[in-house]
Amino acid sequence: MNDRTVNSMTSMQRTLTTLGHQEPDRVPRFLLTTLHGAKELDLSIQDYFSRSENVIEGQMRLHHKYRSDCLYPFFYASIETEAWGGDTIYLPDGPPLCGAPVIRKAEDIDSLVSPCVLESASLNRVLQTIAALKARVGDTVPIIGVAISPFSLPVMQMGFHAYIELLYEQPLRFQRLMELNETFTVSWANAQLAAGATAICYFDPVSSPTNIPRDMYLRTGQQVAKRTIAQIKGPTATHMASGRGLPILLDIAETGTAAVGVSALEDLAELKRAAQQRVSLLGNLNGIEMRRWTPEQAEYEVKRAIAKAGRGGGFILADNHGEIPWQVPQEVLLAISAAVDRWGRYPLTWIEDWIDDTPALHL
Amino acid sequence: MQQLIAPFQTSLESLDRVRANALFAQALETLTPIQAVEQLVVPALEQIGAAWHRGQLALSQVYMSGRFCETLVESVLPPSDPDRKHQPRSAIVVLSDYHDLGKRIVYSVMRASGFELFDYGRLDVDQLVERTLADKIRVLMISVLILPSALKVKQVCDRLKESGVDVKVVVGGAPFLFDAQLWKEVGADAMGSSASEAVAIVNRLMGDMQ
Repeated sequence: MNDRTVNSMTSMQRTLTTLGHQEPDRVPRFLLTTLHGAKELDLSIQDYFSRSENVIEGQMRLHHKYRSDCLYPFFYASIETEAWGGDTIYLPDGPPLCGAPVIRKAEDIDSLVSPCVLESASLNRVLQTIAALKARVGDTVPIIGVAISPFSLPVMQMGFHAYIELLYEQPLRFQRLMELNETFTVSWANAQLAAGATAICYFDPVSSPTNIPRDMYLRTGQQVAKRTIAQIKGPTATHMASGRGLPILLDIAETGTAAVGVSALEDLAELKRAAQQRVSLLGNLNGIEMRRWTPEQAEYEVKRAIAKAGRGGGFILADNHGEIPWQVPQEVLLAISAAVDRWGRYPLTWIEDWIDDTPALHL
Repeated sequence: MQQLIAPFQTSLESLDRVRANALFAQALETLTPIQAVEQLVVPALEQIGAAWHRGQLALSQVYMSGRFCETLVESVLPPSDPDRKHQPRSAIVVLSDYHDLGKRIVYSVMRASGFELFDYGRLDVDQLVERTLADKIRVLMISVLILPSALKVKQVCDRLKESGVDVKVVVGGAPFLFDAQLWKEVGADAMGSSASEAVAIVNRLMGDMQ
């Protein structure tokens, strides 16, 4: 069935309506597939990401196949550290990983220089991809750019353990690194918006209470996010990349972000109550379990998520990490998409009866 | 000793090293070093690990606590000390992955709990199987962050079983936390959801092997 024949809104209208905390025609689905584009083109992951033409074609094929309400021209996280002089390690069956740290010891921060986004061949590939996708879909489908937050980027720049030690033990060097990273992230996010991205997914997993305590977040990650997001010339969604977010949900809202990507470890109904219509929620299908879901399980999980967070808008159905693993088969993705068609149409009149019949939901 | 555990735990969580040192010194007034480790350090780290698993503490606190306790224990119980735990030969590794924070935390907490173990760093399947057999390892702890690495644990378990040597494989890391069935699917013997759980598991395996 052609999506346009059964929906009264474009993907863009649907998404903007829900972000305005109103109910659109149906729950938007953001199936955040990146690596699956390589499967579509029968290329290795490394070859796939080597040319923007591949990712453009891959994203369009995925869009038509799974009918996601966004395009997601995210290549891989370490493409940002490539701009800082780092390298990338490719896997045959997973996301490309960051190579050796570009900051080998904390003292390296003293002489570090923030790179120019437009001088990076890798980042230019992403910008070309965004521009080409924008030319194809215009304003009908949101194009989601990605920027790793200045606060979370050091995990790739220097390694997680070294960064934790810096956070606790070297406040001045931490401050200098944040200044450098903020310059870079703002420039990178705005370049994507200028190329045609609709919004920026601001990945900030270090800020999650899974990783640092809330009082440290309020002193560090939140301040960085406030300064950075204020300079990004478009809407942002802050993503915890599987980390917990509930204890700081309203703290994240204070940074000016429009939505928060939330964890499968937390209850969507609780998150919805905590959000108080101040941020929308993006999530929280379990991408790891998804690999072995049957179509029936996929339908159940979609129903459960919509039942918990769909009413009143302010909700986009997605996975909980911001990237669906390579191992998730197409049958599951198709089942998720079909389940949203079936159960995501507003008004969500089926929910009350279903809750009565499904006491384990704990709504 | 019981009354020292809570303040010691609090001092670790808040990174109050002076207070933690003082409490540990107080414990040493009446206990031997290994007793102080077992009756003060291990219970405090257990509580911290459990609190992280419940979402009440952050990974940064677990890491910094483990690192501090490792140094503390090292100062009174060097690696060659005969009081270090008699244990099966153990090793810890990051499998086909480049994320080593989890391994570092477990290694620190294990050593802070009086264990000695090989740190294999990062190895691929072939290298890991070869080294495990060569070192006659009995308990192998595998840490991963990404799903492809978690799935590779199955190859390690299969190869170790084929070798006929009884090696217990304990896994940990994000994919196993998000999919409770995954550790069984890959053939592991146990899964630790926190560093302190890893200590408890190795203690249990030690009991089983005796």
